[in-house]
Amino acid sequence: MVTGFPASLAAWTLLLSPLAAAVAIGLWGLSRRRLAAACAIGGLLVPFACACWLLLHTLRGSLHLPLEVQVSWLLLPDLAIPFGVLIDPLSLLMSLIVTGVGSMIFIYSTGYMADDAGYSRYFTMLSLFAFSMLTIVLANNWLELFMGWELVGFCSYALIGHWFEKPAAAEAGKKAFMVNRVADFGFMLGILALWAHSSPLATERTLNYQLLQTRLPSLLQSGWLSHETLVFIGLLIFCGVLGKSAQMPLHVWLPDAMEGPTPVSALIHAATMVAAGVYMLCRNFWLFHEVPAVLDTIAWVGGATAFFSAWLAVVEPDLKRILAYSTLSQLGYMVMAVGLGGHIAGMYHLTTHAFFKALLFLAAGSVIHGTHRQNIWELGGLRRSMPWTSATFLIGALALCGFPMLSGFFSKDEILVLAHEHNVVLYWIGSVTAGLTAFYTTRAWCVAFLGKAPEHLHPHESPPVMLIPLILLGAFSIVGGYLGIPAFLGEPAPEFHWDVARTSLAAIATGAGLAWLIYHRKVIAAEVIARRFAWLYQLLARRYFFDDAYTWYVEQVQQRLIAGACALFERVIIIGFAVNGTAWLIQLAGRAIRRVQTGRVQGYVLGFCCGIIALLYLAGRF
Amino acid sequence: MITLTHYLVLSALLFTIGLAGIMTRRNVILILLCIELMFNAANLAFIAFAKSLGDPSGQVIVFFVITVAAAEVTVGLAIAILMARRLSTLNADEVSLLKW
Repeated sequence: MVTGFPASLAAWTLLLSPLAAAVAIGLWGLSRRRLAAACAIGGLLVPFACACWLLLHTLRGSLHLPLEVQVSWLLLPDLAIPFGVLIDPLSLLMSLIVTGVGSMIFIYSTGYMADDAGYSRYFTMLSLFAFSMLTIVLANNWLELFMGWELVGFCSYALIGHWFEKPAAAEAGKKAFMVNRVADFGFMLGILALWAHSSPLATERTLNYQLLQTRLPSLLQSGWLSHETLVFIGLLIFCGVLGKSAQMPLHVWLPDAMEGPTPVSALIHAATMVAAGVYMLCRNFWLFHEVPAVLDTIAWVGGATAFFSAWLAVVEPDLKRILAYSTLSQLGYMVMAVGLGGHIAGMYHLTTHAFFKALLFLAAGSVIHGTHRQNIWELGGLRRSMPWTSATFLIGALALCGFPMLSGFFSKDEILVLAHEHNVVLYWIGSVTAGLTAFYTTRAWCVAFLGKAPEHLHPHESPPVMLIPLILLGAFSIVGGYLGIPAFLGEPAPEFHWDVARTSLAAIATGAGLAWLIYHRKVIAAEVIARRFAWLYQLLARRYFFDDAYTWYVEQVQQRLIAGACALFERVIIIGFAVNGTAWLIQLAGRAIRRVQTGRVQGYVLGFCCGIIALLYLAGRF
Repeated sequence: MITLTHYLVLSALLFTIGLAGIMTRRNVILILLCIELMFNAANLAFIAFAKSLGDPSGQVIVFFVITVAAAEVTVGLAIAILMARRLSTLNADEVSLLKW
């Protein structure tokens, strides 16, 4: 039986090792590259070992979950927020993903970033990111979650802008930060509203998950927390997910985030951080479960994101951006699953997606490393020159498509089964999206890896330090469906639905087949289709005009109208009235009062005497 | 019988004469004289109180006042001499240079 000290020590180590690594690199490693890398990797392997140890004892039955440890953190009158670690199957699974996939990406980074000038800074931020992400995962209350939430946002900003001398990267980092700020404002309001309604007594308010979960039924029953308020709170909290998990209409930052180094895209913008929104929904499913209206909204937003961003990937020429749109689409799937009431299905897809999407990104990074190109039309024939990268990319791509018996097949199928039961429209949207996924994945594969290599392209295979993580992730992408993840989260594996599987397989086969015909066999020319459906092509190439709309809003409404009004207010009221007005008044008073100063000593003496007499008179009166 | 009141009345009279002199006289030397008069009015009051209360600290203060007054008159006369040399006048009204 594992209880008490060893378990809580493991829990704290799991959370704090990456922070220690970040501090150590920041203090001693900034000019020592090997030390920086060693600290960062060690700082993530140790928590991985802790998580494995906890998992082992849980599976053996010698550790009872949930395990909650906490220390006091914020102490204010009527408000005490502890800093804690809550380990239950959900957070244990998520921390295994973060530390496991994370360590592989860290190791890969030592190869990918080998010649980078900001090597140590990169690893500092990666370690800080790992800590922040684990804070989100292991938090036992909303405020701690929110702190981690903001910290990952900051790390994401810093890592997208790692090559800040490139204007596009700096802009992309700023964009990601700003968009998330908008979303997090709603999220924070939601948390505050939840706190205010957590108890009728001011002293008993709390943000602790478990306490809130046990209190929620009685709060709803007593009428202190009305159903409408809870809907409102749920929607506000979902706002945070819109930003962090890049759901429509706040998805615009994720494609731009591809300006960052590829391992960062793999870790932050595919496997972990963007999944944090989904994780948060699953973590607090007890809250959303009470409000079907919010769940419906979540499902539709997820479905729309899945469908529309898959279309964007179809016309995208940039290999990393294709994967980014695919990430958007898959996140949409997960959010849709949660919205349909299947938080375990969502979490399952999150896990498998973390494996195969990290794999795809790292393989794309390997391609970029080997060719210095990322436009698929400038690539080709990589299958021969980069065999290992191609093989692992193929595994990832097949898993993403949902090729039978690979991990993506099982998790996607579970979501589709769920949709089939609850919402037919979303089911068809999901199935069509599956076909689109197959289409754009096959397109990328055919164009970049098959065919003939263009001239002047001299690709070379990446070093082993980059290939080994690829192979490990490839292995997990294959076996991810057999690990019994839904069962670990407390749900028996669903029955296999032949109807659903048949439809999705048909969609996948159609999508893949079409892409094969168009881009490999060239039976139908892509240009002809693009010309035929010019309006659709324009719509997709301009990304549904989302960016244009936001740019218009920022430039026309915000800059001209609001900023103009503010400038006017500042010039007239603040500067004209308050600042210059005060100066003018004082000048005027001075001009009047200085007449008193005559320079005649005797006049001063007279005034002095009068003053004394007046004071004496006053002193006598009181 | 001369009581404390007599001394205080005398002191007040001397003080008022001094004050009136400062305000009305034009000549700087006379203004300085009037200041001395006010000092001595205060000294007289100190000594009268010291005698009637039997507390010698009043007399001690008088010595301090005399010292300060000596210093003050030194500075004052120096200013008067400079005025006479530079501005060829001892009329306080004509020396109103310290103003806006």
